[in-house]
Amino acid sequence: MAIFFKTKKKISELDFTSTQLILLVATRVLIGWHFLYEGLSKITNPNWSSYIYLLDSKGPFEFFFVFLGSSPALVSIIDFLNIYGLTLIGIGLIAGLFTRASLISGMALLVFYYLSHPPLALLSYSMPSEGSYLIVNKTLIELFSMAVLLVFPTWHRIGIDRFLKHKLINHRIDHGEEG
Amino acid sequence: MGKRDDKNNKADEGVVPSSEQKVKMDRRDVLKGIATLPLFGAFAYSYYKRRSHEHLLKSNLTRGIGLSYEAPAPAYTPVSRDNQIRLGIIGCGSRGSHLLRAAGFAHPAWIEDVKRNAAVNRHDKRYEEYLAQDDLNVVITGVCDVFDVHATAGIEAAMNIQKEGSSVASGAQPKRYLNYKDLMAAEDIDAVIIATPDHWHGPMTIEAAKHGKHVYVEKPLTWTVEETYEVRKVIKDSGVIFQLGHQGRQTESYIKAREAVEAGLLGNVSLIEVCTNRNDPNGAWVYPIHPDANPKTIDWKQFIGPAPWHDFSLERFFRWRCWWDYSTGLNGDLLTHEYDAVNQIMQVGIPHSAMASGGIYFFKDGRTVPDTLQVAYEFPKKDLTMLYSATLSSGKYRPKLFMGHDACMEVSDKLVVTAEDQSTRYRDKIASGEINPRFPIYNYTPGQKNVDAVTSATEQYFASRGLLYSYRDGKRVDTTYLHIAEWLDCIRLGQQPSCDIDQAFEEAITAHMATKSYHEKRMVFWDEEKEVIV
Repeated sequence: MAIFFKTKKKISELDFTSTQLILLVATRVLIGWHFLYEGLSKITNPNWSSYIYLLDSKGPFEFFFVFLGSSPALVSIIDFLNIYGLTLIGIGLIAGLFTRASLISGMALLVFYYLSHPPLALLSYSMPSEGSYLIVNKTLIELFSMAVLLVFPTWHRIGIDRFLKHKLINHRIDHGEEG
Repeated sequence: MGKRDDKNNKADEGVVPSSEQKVKMDRRDVLKGIATLPLFGAFAYSYYKRRSHEHLLKSNLTRGIGLSYEAPAPAYTPVSRDNQIRLGIIGCGSRGSHLLRAAGFAHPAWIEDVKRNAAVNRHDKRYEEYLAQDDLNVVITGVCDVFDVHATAGIEAAMNIQKEGSSVASGAQPKRYLNYKDLMAAEDIDAVIIATPDHWHGPMTIEAAKHGKHVYVEKPLTWTVEETYEVRKVIKDSGVIFQLGHQGRQTESYIKAREAVEAGLLGNVSLIEVCTNRNDPNGAWVYPIHPDANPKTIDWKQFIGPAPWHDFSLERFFRWRCWWDYSTGLNGDLLTHEYDAVNQIMQVGIPHSAMASGGIYFFKDGRTVPDTLQVAYEFPKKDLTMLYSATLSSGKYRPKLFMGHDACMEVSDKLVVTAEDQSTRYRDKIASGEINPRFPIYNYTPGQKNVDAVTSATEQYFASRGLLYSYRDGKRVDTTYLHIAEWLDCIRLGQQPSCDIDQAFEEAITAHMATKSYHEKRMVFWDEEKEVIV
């Protein structure tokens, strides 16, 4: 269980001002909101599938994503992971529940999204995108925002993880474990 | 910046306290722990609002429009294919081999080619689709072609019952007929597929029907006006099952388009615009000349047939569509497809008048048929004009457009209906915001069942790029296969298929009106009483 609450931070690093804390938590909630809505809108759309996105892949990793997309079995696994992954990650980020795990798995998804459709200078996609990008797109920015949240943890302060942390500490004390 | 938060809270700082410092939860901890949870309420509220708004829009639209998103019902009752039909084919060139494939007989070289392509190009599904075709229980017993190479290819395809490449053993060899009349007279042939140049369609159809053979003939029905009447008479008198090769009859979006018109979605349609745009030599009928073609391998005299005599010419043999001597030009080749789609969707019948103009503006290669052509057809009884506009030297994509007072319908492989701002029928709904003229009120994409009134951009992209057909939601099928299958099933049922002789007659006369108008540089009329073009 320790992986979800891992903090080897010095006191000074966690010592946010309230403004810092509010902004970090707000960023976490906004990203969570985005994930949750992406997940729910896929749950409610029976026709959604990652199939078309995978086949539309271009760039250095095209072969990999096309390979994933050409197997119906893999596609159904990927669909499942996407739909429920996005939803659970969204809930986790908003609630501050298993936040660290949510951030890491969310970042993993975003890495896949980015690598499947890298906005490189000479590539164009069938999938419509709402802007023009060069190497840096919103996926990449969201990915790095999550990385920032990961190294400035807020979930011990604001979030369900605060309770879990308390429980973990008390559990350790009861069983005489060392931190 | 701000104040320090929770400076003294050890738990906040992630420090594991000693046993004396066991953490106690106070009210402050609880509040901080659940601080973000009310946001789920905000999320749920806005999510619910959005969903119910979309749901309302969609259900109102579906109900208000009264046109389902179900795939159209089959055009005829399924029939047992127990009794085998014996087929003969005349003309085994490019179109003929496609028709053979549709009947289940692909040439081994084609199979090797598509298999090879599928290995390197994931979008090439031709082999997969071919294997997915139902067994129509037919056998090819006769093959006729005036070019030896094509005749041999036809025989090889007919024997390829394993649907494999050339390395695999094959079925019984069909007889090759040097003259089509012998094939028509053959005892062991029940039905014929005619895929010859245009100038042979009429005479061969007549000959086949006279011998009681069922006929599938490529479009256009005829090459001259005069033979059109005779073909109709002979087919009707003989009672054979007749299908004209407009495979668009099988296109799902056309069938739904007809339903949309019948449901009154468009209001009065005053203008229909249909087009042909191609921009390559092949699209302009500059087909390749086979290296083995020469006067010894081609029965030139039989090729000429009813056409005016001309000395042997490889160009004329392979690129016959470029000369009126054997062809009906854009009118017979491509206008007919567009017209037949319109006739299928709106039952317009033969137009009252036609006015055509155009010229040879790009392919100045000795051809006699125009490469750029516009035809305006008037249908006063239907209160509409149909405009056909074609060029063989620009590939700009233009869909079929049905412009109505209440809505405009765009027909391609999918169907999009968009309300008119000034519509009478939808006035109230537009005013209430239920219909937004910026978005389609009906958007049918084969294989999909969802109402897509709110977000349409993505699916439009998929359809236009051919990415639409997934292996889960819909099965992509060759329309030519469906068209052949309908004809064969109708033979077994003893009923006429969708593109029967009446439809074919209308198609041929409509095309001939454009040709006559083009040649005579004047407006021509259809005398409905006397059934003549004047």
